[in-house]
Amino acid sequence: MKVKYFEVVRTAAVILIALFLAFIIISLVSEQPLESIRIFLWEPLNTKGHIGNVIEMAIPLMFTGLAVSLLFKANLFNLGAEGLFYFSGVIAATLAIHLTLNSFMHPFVAILAGSLVGALLSAIPGILKAKWNVNELVSSLMFNNILFGIGLYILNYKLRDAQAFAAVSFKFEQTAMLTKLLPGTRIHTGLIIVLVLIVAAHFFLYKTKWGYEIRMTGANREFAQYSGMKTAKVIILVHLIAGFIAGMGGSVEVLGMYSRFQWSALPGYGLDGALVAMLAKNNPFSVIGAALFLAYIRIGADQMARFSDVPAEMISIVQAIIILLISAEQFLKFWKNRMLLKEAQRNV
Amino acid sequence: MTSQLLEMKNITKVYPNGVVANQKVQFSLSEGEIHAIVGENGAGKSTLMKMMFGMEAPSEGEIFLRGEPLKLTSPQDAIDKGIGMVHQHFMLVPSFTVAENMVLGMEPKKGVGINYSEAVRMTEEMSKKYNLHVNPKAKVEDLSVGMKQKIEILKALLRGAKILILDEPTAVLTPQETEELFRELKQLKEQGHTIVFISHKLKEVKAICDRITIMRAGKSEGVFLTRDVSEQDISKLMVGRDVVLKYDKISKPYGSDILSVNELSLSDETGKALLENVAFKVRSGEIVGIAGVEGNGQTQLVEALTGRLSVRRGSIAVKGTVIQGYDIGRIRSLGVSYIPEDRMRQGAAKEASISDNLISTQYRSKEMNSGLFLKGKTIGKLAAKLIEDFRVRCSGPAQPIGMLSGGNMQKVVVARECSTSPDLLIAEQPTRGVDVGAAQFIHQKLIELRDNGSGVLLISADLNEILELSDSLLVMYEGQIVAYLEEPSKVTEEELGLYMLGLQRQDDGQIRRAVES
Repeated sequence: MKVKYFEVVRTAAVILIALFLAFIIISLVSEQPLESIRIFLWEPLNTKGHIGNVIEMAIPLMFTGLAVSLLFKANLFNLGAEGLFYFSGVIAATLAIHLTLNSFMHPFVAILAGSLVGALLSAIPGILKAKWNVNELVSSLMFNNILFGIGLYILNYKLRDAQAFAAVSFKFEQTAMLTKLLPGTRIHTGLIIVLVLIVAAHFFLYKTKWGYEIRMTGANREFAQYSGMKTAKVIILVHLIAGFIAGMGGSVEVLGMYSRFQWSALPGYGLDGALVAMLAKNNPFSVIGAALFLAYIRIGADQMARFSDVPAEMISIVQAIIILLISAEQFLKFWKNRMLLKEAQRNV
Repeated sequence: MTSQLLEMKNITKVYPNGVVANQKVQFSLSEGEIHAIVGENGAGKSTLMKMMFGMEAPSEGEIFLRGEPLKLTSPQDAIDKGIGMVHQHFMLVPSFTVAENMVLGMEPKKGVGINYSEAVRMTEEMSKKYNLHVNPKAKVEDLSVGMKQKIEILKALLRGAKILILDEPTAVLTPQETEELFRELKQLKEQGHTIVFISHKLKEVKAICDRITIMRAGKSEGVFLTRDVSEQDISKLMVGRDVVLKYDKISKPYGSDILSVNELSLSDETGKALLENVAFKVRSGEIVGIAGVEGNGQTQLVEALTGRLSVRRGSIAVKGTVIQGYDIGRIRSLGVSYIPEDRMRQGAAKEASISDNLISTQYRSKEMNSGLFLKGKTIGKLAAKLIEDFRVRCSGPAQPIGMLSGGNMQKVVVARECSTSPDLLIAEQPTRGVDVGAAQFIHQKLIELRDNGSGVLLISADLNEILELSDSLLVMYEGQIVAYLEEPSKVTEEELGLYMLGLQRQDDGQIRRAVES
């Protein structure tokens, strides 16, 4: 076994352990555990509609997962994607309601505006970090609250449709909404956008000098500085890009899945993005698989809640275990050390 | 002579990374003496003391306390046995008061709370008993360095220390504070305490110590009664070369000035001088060495040269360009390369690949960029070539650099810094912690660079290296250049030792030759 496969094996082991524990929990709470597990594992793939659900859910997870991956890659533990995702959704919704444009330009303008607002807002914790070394985790989490508060205010006082029964906005213009790709599902053009973005991010990160700077700054900021890189600029740049992607994710989600803006709480995709990034080891291409996996177990849990006696919240436990084990650096470390030793002996 | 209080017999310490820090060291401590351990940086003083204080376990050998074998697994063990240590960097909580620091970990209790007035009383009592005056209610962050040291000593005494280890206690003190410390130490000695005093300041050692153990390259060079040896004798035993390396160097006339440093002075926030009127130059085709015991301004000099410390007085010019206010990126773009002292902290990004680590100073160049993208093929070729040229043992350019041995990692750092054909290379401890083979290889590369017309500034604590490689040699002591030596390979270690330890100084005219010759 080679050391370079270590992370892959480790991630797989973590997922298996988490699923195994999920089965144990299901066996404990369910009257018919085998049936529940069957629903959990099989239902998400059973019908075209369900597969559609998985992919629909994976789209926003890919956006936020990609945004968070870039930040993590630069060794910035920033969880601000949550607030940006929400707030950019509000911006896109506002433009979807109030602008009159053709059906190509309308979503284009709304999404671009949402993305740019995301980038600019994201730059604030970035600048604070780069100039004054403000802890980005703290500032980004506080920004989540601020952005949620402002977003909710806009929803309640500017966009709210008094005719509707719930706290939702006016209807979007038909021209603003994203086209559905597959009949029978709600999979929308956002899927294409995010896949293009992932490929672009891969090339940016591994094939350009800016990506190289981000990776080196993340691996060892002092080394990057010593080599002559302006690491403060790098940190601001990566915040701008990540904010742009998270903002685009929020805008695309709103225009792709809904006809009114209706989030009266933070949707949680930003924090899920951190989980996706961890599973993907901050690698853009792996974000696709990680997002699909997370969407799959979520839809599985939904189905299970609907057709068996196990509540959907069960999946939070699985997620918690995955986060815990993945972030536990020492987990399986002894095994890596053994491999390292072997490799070293071979090289001598 | 009084009975042996503590003995360390045949102590060998090998660290997991293969560094042999102590080899068959003998050490003994008589009751009621002040015993100095002297030696250069890396001679193994600290390692020996860490074993005495239970911070490290010896790989081989035994320790006896009053004739009984002693097994220490933690500093707590050592404290229980009456051994205390005052570290060079104080272990105090700045926001706590003196009394709170004193009782930390052994607080007098009142119910579930801490009996603060009792802590104050204990502190006052200790302070009176040992005649070490401190204010128990003052906050530690408001106190001077000398006061903090007193608290550290009292802390150890409060925990019942009979043996007190002081790790370079005077390094941070002003001369007045040092005198006060010496008075206090003598008092403690009279009260029956035994003191181990680690230092490389020979005057101080002569002033207060009874016996001296001299260490060199991990081995003990013997124990001496202080009154029997002169400072010169000590210096001779401390500073020495084990193996003499020889390199063939072509002698060529030097070219133009690459680096000129003029009247450079620097001081820290408290006004303590770090560098004083440092002036020298490096010419094309010349290796200028800077020798000196660590902590005599070499680090600050390099920081000033690489743009990390801003220069207020004096000037630094690279090929005629004054680099005041330049950051390291701009300095590098003038043709300067820099091998840093600490390869893990600055010299490399551990998780990144060898190839990524090799291009970090030239990834912006036109050769490596085709418009938007980096040229993968060019980079791959360069990495493969450098790995071959520098004989880096690895599985390939994609291997993370953190998996290489110290010597191979350092070769990557040197390869990167040499690959840009710099006009000036600043090499700070370029072979620290690397094996002999890699060290010789790195030396060859530095000479090659010099033969091709680069100027090299070599800062090193390794005398072998500095005497053999340098074309001219500067010695630093307390932030000043105290000697300029034109033919380093003819200098004896003895002579060098006198300059390094501040026992001798050239006159200003001789030192000026570093700029004028």
